[in-house]
Amino acid sequence: MANQSNRLAAGGRVDRRRPLVFRFDGRRLQGYAGDTLASALLANDVHLVGRSFKYHRPRGILGLGSEEPNALIQLGRGNRTEPNLRATQIELFDGLDAHSQNRWPCLRFDVGAVNSAFHRLFPAGFYYKTFMWPASLWSTYEEVIRHAAGLGRAPEGPDPDRYERMHAHCDVLIAGGGPAGLAAALAAGRSGARVILADEQAEFGGSLLGDDDVTIGGTPAVDWVAEVVAELESMPEVTLLRRATVNGYYDHNYLTIAERVTDHLGVGLPTVPRQRLWKVRAGRVVLATGAIERPLVFRDNDRPGVMLSTAVRGYAVRYGVLAGRRPLIVTGNDDGYRTAFALADRQARVAGIVDLRTDPIGPLVAEAKNRGIEVLAGHSVTATHGGRRIEAAEIAPMTADGSGLAGSTRTLECDVIAMAGGFNPTVHLFSQSRGKLRWDGERAAFLPGTSHEAEVSVGGCAGTSSVTQAIKDGIKAGLDQVRALGHTARQPAAPAVEEHGQGETRPLWLLPSTQPVGRKGKHFVDFQNDVTAADLMLATREGYRSIEHVKRYTTTGMGTDQGKTSNVNALAIVGQSLGVDVPAVGTTTFRAPYTPTTIGAYGGRDVGHLFAPTRTTAMDPWHRANGAKFEHVGDWMRAWYYPKAGETFRQAVDREVTVARNGVALLDASTLGKIDIRGGDAAEFLNRVYTNAWAKLGTGRCRYGFMLKEDGMVMDDGVTTRLADDHFHMTTTTGGAARVMNWLEEYLQTEWPEMDVRLTSVTEQWAVASICGPKCRELLGRLCSDIDLGNDAFPFMAMRDGTVAEIPARVFRISFTGELSFEINVPTRYGLALWEALMTAGADLGITPYGTEAMHVLRAEKGFIIVGQDTDGSVTPLDLGMDWIVSKSKPDFIGKRGLARPDLHKPDRKQLVGLLTEDPTFVLPEGGHVVETVKPKPPMAMLGHVTSSYYSPSAGRSIAMALVKGGHARKGQTLYVPLEGRTIPVTVAGTVFFDPEGSRRDG
Amino acid sequence: MAEAGRRRGPTGKPRYSILALARNALSYHENWQAAWRSPEPKPSYDAIVVGGGGHGLATAYYLASVHGIRNVAVLEKGWIGGGNTGRNTTIIRSNYLWDESAAIYEHALKLWEGLSQELNFNLMFSQRGVITLAHSEHELKEMRRRVEAIRLNGIDTEVLSTADVKKLVPIINTDQGIRHPVMGGFIQRRGGTARHDAVAWGYARAADDLGVDIIQNCEVTGFLKDGNGAIEGVETSRGTIRSKRIGCVAAGHSAVLADLAGFKLPIQARPLQALVSEPIKPVIDTVVMSNAVHMYISQSDKGELVLGAGTDSYNSYAQRGSLNIIEHQLAAACELYPIVSRLRVLRTWGGIVDTCPDASPIVSRTPVDGLYFNCGWGTGGFKATPGSGHVFADLMARDRPNPVAAPFTLERFKGGYLIDEHGAAGVAH
Repeated sequence: MANQSNRLAAGGRVDRRRPLVFRFDGRRLQGYAGDTLASALLANDVHLVGRSFKYHRPRGILGLGSEEPNALIQLGRGNRTEPNLRATQIELFDGLDAHSQNRWPCLRFDVGAVNSAFHRLFPAGFYYKTFMWPASLWSTYEEVIRHAAGLGRAPEGPDPDRYERMHAHCDVLIAGGGPAGLAAALAAGRSGARVILADEQAEFGGSLLGDDDVTIGGTPAVDWVAEVVAELESMPEVTLLRRATVNGYYDHNYLTIAERVTDHLGVGLPTVPRQRLWKVRAGRVVLATGAIERPLVFRDNDRPGVMLSTAVRGYAVRYGVLAGRRPLIVTGNDDGYRTAFALADRQARVAGIVDLRTDPIGPLVAEAKNRGIEVLAGHSVTATHGGRRIEAAEIAPMTADGSGLAGSTRTLECDVIAMAGGFNPTVHLFSQSRGKLRWDGERAAFLPGTSHEAEVSVGGCAGTSSVTQAIKDGIKAGLDQVRALGHTARQPAAPAVEEHGQGETRPLWLLPSTQPVGRKGKHFVDFQNDVTAADLMLATREGYRSIEHVKRYTTTGMGTDQGKTSNVNALAIVGQSLGVDVPAVGTTTFRAPYTPTTIGAYGGRDVGHLFAPTRTTAMDPWHRANGAKFEHVGDWMRAWYYPKAGETFRQAVDREVTVARNGVALLDASTLGKIDIRGGDAAEFLNRVYTNAWAKLGTGRCRYGFMLKEDGMVMDDGVTTRLADDHFHMTTTTGGAARVMNWLEEYLQTEWPEMDVRLTSVTEQWAVASICGPKCRELLGRLCSDIDLGNDAFPFMAMRDGTVAEIPARVFRISFTGELSFEINVPTRYGLALWEALMTAGADLGITPYGTEAMHVLRAEKGFIIVGQDTDGSVTPLDLGMDWIVSKSKPDFIGKRGLARPDLHKPDRKQLVGLLTEDPTFVLPEGGHVVETVKPKPPMAMLGHVTSSYYSPSAGRSIAMALVKGGHARKGQTLYVPLEGRTIPVTVAGTVFFDPEGSRRDG
Repeated sequence: MAEAGRRRGPTGKPRYSILALARNALSYHENWQAAWRSPEPKPSYDAIVVGGGGHGLATAYYLASVHGIRNVAVLEKGWIGGGNTGRNTTIIRSNYLWDESAAIYEHALKLWEGLSQELNFNLMFSQRGVITLAHSEHELKEMRRRVEAIRLNGIDTEVLSTADVKKLVPIINTDQGIRHPVMGGFIQRRGGTARHDAVAWGYARAADDLGVDIIQNCEVTGFLKDGNGAIEGVETSRGTIRSKRIGCVAAGHSAVLADLAGFKLPIQARPLQALVSEPIKPVIDTVVMSNAVHMYISQSDKGELVLGAGTDSYNSYAQRGSLNIIEHQLAAACELYPIVSRLRVLRTWGGIVDTCPDASPIVSRTPVDGLYFNCGWGTGGFKATPGSGHVFADLMARDRPNPVAAPFTLERFKGGYLIDEHGAAGVAH
């Protein structure tokens, strides 16, 4: 096992007493608890960790955290593997098994690197210009492209882990636990307000964890962090979330936080989810998300060992890892000097500080000279050398304006280059909240401008580079937020901070080289997607001038790092290329999530049996115990048919239908939608939502009604009953129940708010057993003594309150089969008892349960329609031949105006008719289409389609209903249903196939 | 489509090819011409297209290439292809239920086939097949109806068993015990995807080559009418531009333009969201759509899984939607494709879709003579791009309804002859 050759003897926040063993591409390596995979790899002098997307160039670790574009890792194996993780964010655990990506057969010898040899054929957007000939080969080209693209691999099987979502409300949500965020949390927390502080790292402290040249209150900054965190932890109203990225900012201060609960352990825990998605509604939000260092764009700036300056410093200070012994600093600001000193203090021999500034001054510059570190002011890096690791850089003095070179080049050997290009405030969340960004020329950065939400940005993300200011602003922000919410709060004292002052930054977006850009070498802007400065210039040259066009044409900023290190550099280079300022170029839109977030975390626990509810009725246990087959109807499981031993589907259904016509049969009708309607305007309300008249319906009487959409098409149907003058019981279709309820509520709330009507869904309050057949009155009589069941006393379309099997019941005399029928409604908890009582009492009558299939056959024999089967949203009552249900005298109802339109009265509309096949045993397939003239092959003009089709035991033949153009006038005509392989001739008929006189209804 | 015409550019723009790439490589790609010019608007044009999305640019291209009307301006308030053209999930198919829809989408699909070559711009049109799943007895019946209609309309379609689906989509969960089991499906093998941005750019480059002026950052702020109320031009953020023939193709903002022109459109604008995962090696080779589980999925050539679902349920012009839609769609993704659970969402975004009461488009004359509207494509506009532009150019050039577009008039909302794709077709993406 390799020793940790780059690990310093002491220092850092790793626990040297807890060594951990891990694998990278099969190689066993050692790190310490507290390491990230990146710091552990660097400790072992592993810089080459991946290959780039397009050219397969060797790539190393660039950054320290979520901004990392290069070091993408495939972690773990099998069902638990995860692609594209950033090594900089993977916390090391014992047995961690990591693999590099996008290389074959191995990282050091990658065949894909052949792309690099042909790189000149692959400028930005090259694929739009080729692969077009011959056209037939595109699918082959595409196959090759697809397999070359992609980064890591998906897991091999279902995710074994669990996720959950958590809802929370708080007074103040603080995103980011660096100096500003901690100060804000302290100030807000001391007021007693409910505060949530979330940080994406394992520890709070932010940038302070990677700096050892800052003291707060006279002690190292990390001690101040520990004190503040301890105080926050003692506050009951403060929630501290570590490893929790505030990743989405939605309307009205609704934010999401992705918390990685167990990923750092390497194993799941039975008691907690792997990840948790917090959904937080915050009174106020403090954004303290810090800033991300900018890389510098110079020739071949992508070799392994070329890193961000704060990252090089962070690995040394926080992890005790020296990324290189011979670092070269390239800086446009004072911050690079801090890195130089931190490394020099740890036995590194600094190769020099290349300062882009022509005449840098200040204490840090003086200190560099005192330390004997060479400062190369006004210099550019003109080239780099090295294959799998940086070996040397060429530098040269620049002209004063930085656009060209003013002297000869010189080579400096180095094993790391630390780039300090200035800082980009992390304005992603601010921008997601629809805040407007503004360009700050002095800081050369986009800063939060006008807020859209109740939110404030502080610290690095607001452009502050000093810890002193960050803490001050954090305290003020914390106080302001809680005071704005009415809390009383006292101002905590701001601690004294000692830190280096920050001098000026020279933003130089594209470092000059000995060669024009695009000629020799590559100036990378987006490392992950291999987008170079030359690509950006090519895009603008080709007319892709909007930054959105440049982004989409070159793919800059579209990698998994979402352009965290590349976007501003790209904007500036595009601006230069177009000859306009950065603000004139604008920005692309920042979109959620801030960092890529696990799909399972969004899904939470809404998977498997919790994906969608399965609704069952009170009688469901009986159906299951008695061998029913089920079908899904909306969310419900309904008994479909009840086969006896050895029976086929058809035999069972035929038997159930026959009993319903000749004896007594029992249906579980509990799933029908039921809405309780009350209020002084209830009758008028029904008048408006149904097509027929309701005002005069007597108490205890039922009526069948159609609801139309505004366009005049049938939306739902059902029987509604008047229970009292101001009280109705509405039924809807099973599948339409929720839609109808919402529809009625919408009308009540938005169109007719003046109406005195209240709606209550009571679908689940009533269990319904529907008995049908000539013997059903006899059966009901055995169980019910307080209702006179005679035809005169209890006529068709009436309702009676009474007692059935000693259960209080509403009994409706309605029929969906054409037979004498009673629908017995009882409170749901008695549903099963009622069902069992009916089965017992009817045993000697041969009572038979029937399912939805037999119900469909029974109703089709009578020509009763099912909304959603015989209609599809494009069918009017007239098309159904049900003109009688549309009132001509009512002043208005929903759909009246739509229905009056002339095209809805044309004789060639699709109209519901019956179809009879020549062969009475042949059952047409539902969905088959009807034509007038059969052609040898398609296309052929269609007249309509078969909506319902069954074998009818009662009629002794197959029956079908169909929507057919001009169907009402086609009775007796022969039409055809062309199926694949054969064509079925059919005769157009009426839709009532059994008992056309309706003589069976009264028993 | 023979009548689509061939591109013969008067500007003699060099063609794209592997040879052109090699030639330009020698000069370090420093000599490529702009794909389209950025001209100043002229005072007047023979025709103006308002809206520089795919549909608008296609309209301009076909006005020039098929009808010889080359003095054309496309006015775009932002950047071309920046609306729904650049925000959709790139699905292309023509397997619609109703004859009228099938005709216009099939017209489009036939144009897609060969469009890369016609435009000399690789649109990466990938006929990888579009599968629609059925999850219940009811959906199987609906599927039967749709498949029969598609077949009799002469459009390719194949019914798939659960086993067939599994073979084509190995990562799908076909366990019959899940809440919405995969009970079968059907596929249109000629359907697939295309690179959405390239469609706008390819049409722009080809139209520009024929003399069309593509004018970006030019917002229409009003319409000019003559004494008889006929169209005479537009007021824009870059001045007055005159034309007696103006077509508006502005998707989500159509109703705003109609308002400026003095009439109402029966259109609701709603957010529709989509998202992509991080790129991974290929796991799914076709497009798969599901109504009951309500999400659709494909994988881009770059390796990102592209997922979409339904619209947000409120009206809005903001190009963003609500989190609950994303949550539901991702739960659905985990349910149907369990391996995606550990992958990560890279980017979510929203567009504004313009939906008619019957979920079918409007390609129509308007109450203003010389002013035409092409809108209302709702959630399904991308796939129609070439067909939509082609028939709209025909309507604008001849001022009489194109036979394929004839059913999609504005008058149908008065007459009631709706083409209701809401009802039986379900998700219309």
